[in-house]
Amino acid sequence: MKKEMKAISMVLIISVVSLAVVLSGCTEEEKKNKIIVGTEALFPPFEYVDEDGEITGFDIEMVTAILTDLGYEVEIKDMAFQQLIGAVQTGIIDVIAAGMTITDERLEQISFSIPYYTSDQSVLVKSDSTITITNYSDFADLTLGAQTGTTGALWVEEHLMNDTWLKEQNINYTLNITLDTYVSYTDAVQDLRIGRIDAVIIDNPVGNAFAEEGATKVIYVISTNESFGLGVKKENTELLQKIDQALEDYMATEEWNNLVLKYFE
Amino acid sequence: MAIDIVLDSFPQLMKGLAVTIGLTLTSVFFASILAIIMAIGRSYSRQPIPFLILIYEKIFRGIPLLVLFILIYFGLAQAGIIIDVFIAAVIGLALHSTAYQIQIFRSAINSIPEGQFTAARSVGMSNFKAMRHIIIPQMLRLSIPGWSNEFTIVLKDTSITIAIGVIDLMRQGRYIIVREPESALYILLFIALIYFILVFSINRGLSYLEKRYIISGLEVNNTR
Repeated sequence: MKKEMKAISMVLIISVVSLAVVLSGCTEEEKKNKIIVGTEALFPPFEYVDEDGEITGFDIEMVTAILTDLGYEVEIKDMAFQQLIGAVQTGIIDVIAAGMTITDERLEQISFSIPYYTSDQSVLVKSDSTITITNYSDFADLTLGAQTGTTGALWVEEHLMNDTWLKEQNINYTLNITLDTYVSYTDAVQDLRIGRIDAVIIDNPVGNAFAEEGATKVIYVISTNESFGLGVKKENTELLQKIDQALEDYMATEEWNNLVLKYFE
Repeated sequence: MAIDIVLDSFPQLMKGLAVTIGLTLTSVFFASILAIIMAIGRSYSRQPIPFLILIYEKIFRGIPLLVLFILIYFGLAQAGIIIDVFIAAVIGLALHSTAYQIQIFRSAINSIPEGQFTAARSVGMSNFKAMRHIIIPQMLRLSIPGWSNEFTIVLKDTSITIAIGVIDLMRQGRYIIVREPESALYILLFIALIYFILVFSINRGLSYLEKRYIISGLEVNNTR
């Protein structure tokens, strides 16, 4: 046992020392010109991971272009969508670029840049589905799916499942809708393909990206007129101003048009 | 073809696998050291140390791992301390696993007859020597089965770390599923297979140790 004890204590000492070195290295590393952009890379075509393992997509190319122009070094960080606002508030990330809709609720927590994209919600169903939607009462008795915390899920709760709103649409009964929420839209679409839910309520361009695979189709577009913005910490007004200006300039360039064509045509 | 997609995704999955393994080994390593010290402390030291360790156990067994990760990563950031996600994940996994491992080592200590320690002292061994030569070797040996369980639990718990942004095996798999939704099943099965192989080899390795360091006369001798 003696030899082994010696070996074990050697391993112990070496690893403790090396961890201490690693830890101290981490805290010293502070780059002033580095900006960390947070996203959730499960939302094509806005953000996803390509064959080379790199995070890319419309948001990522756009935000990288404008921040590089501003002289920053950009690092993209993938995390859970629900954690993004907390991460920007605590300074773990500096900018959110995650196809995030500007809402009043979110504006209480963070600041948004000028809108860079307008989206509606689409109704995604299986390709062989016979469901047709011409007005809101056609949603009756359906099981709908959406990602937790997204405007798609919120729209279903605040409209289709809200009797007051339904009355305004002259629907005087409950639609009996079930809403299943998912950790990510990938899971929701997967469940749709399996047939566990009838339809997915999803941002229009993302719905189209999923439909391109062939197993699903978009049958209806709900006009919600949502605007996507880049999220920044409230106190960080200087960065926000810079981003707003750069974004405005960028959206007038040929590069922007090419980017839109590349991802949405 | 499904096979092609699995083969193409192999390098990307291996990157995630490296993170999963690194995370598991580092966390289990630190958790085991802490747990051994605390288990001995709980059994052999004077109050209030056992009581403090008991409180530690109660707290960290009571907090769900996900909450712990978010607390460490976002909570510390709120206080102005921004640490690397990997380190935050290691701290969370280690603190959590320590609380469970204390029980494993403690039950091993409790199964060693009390008289052995007294006997060791009576032949002139110091407290430290008795601990080192009599109690600890037996404790380590007796805790292998429970410990190998905990090892594999930590391995599988690493997949929760995506909440704070650790890109592990499972996350890499999801990236591929976003690109190739048709082959979701194959990729998920492949990931399950990788986890299975890992867990299987860990258990095999540890059961070899169990046989190699068998305590004759103490155990039912049919470890296989």
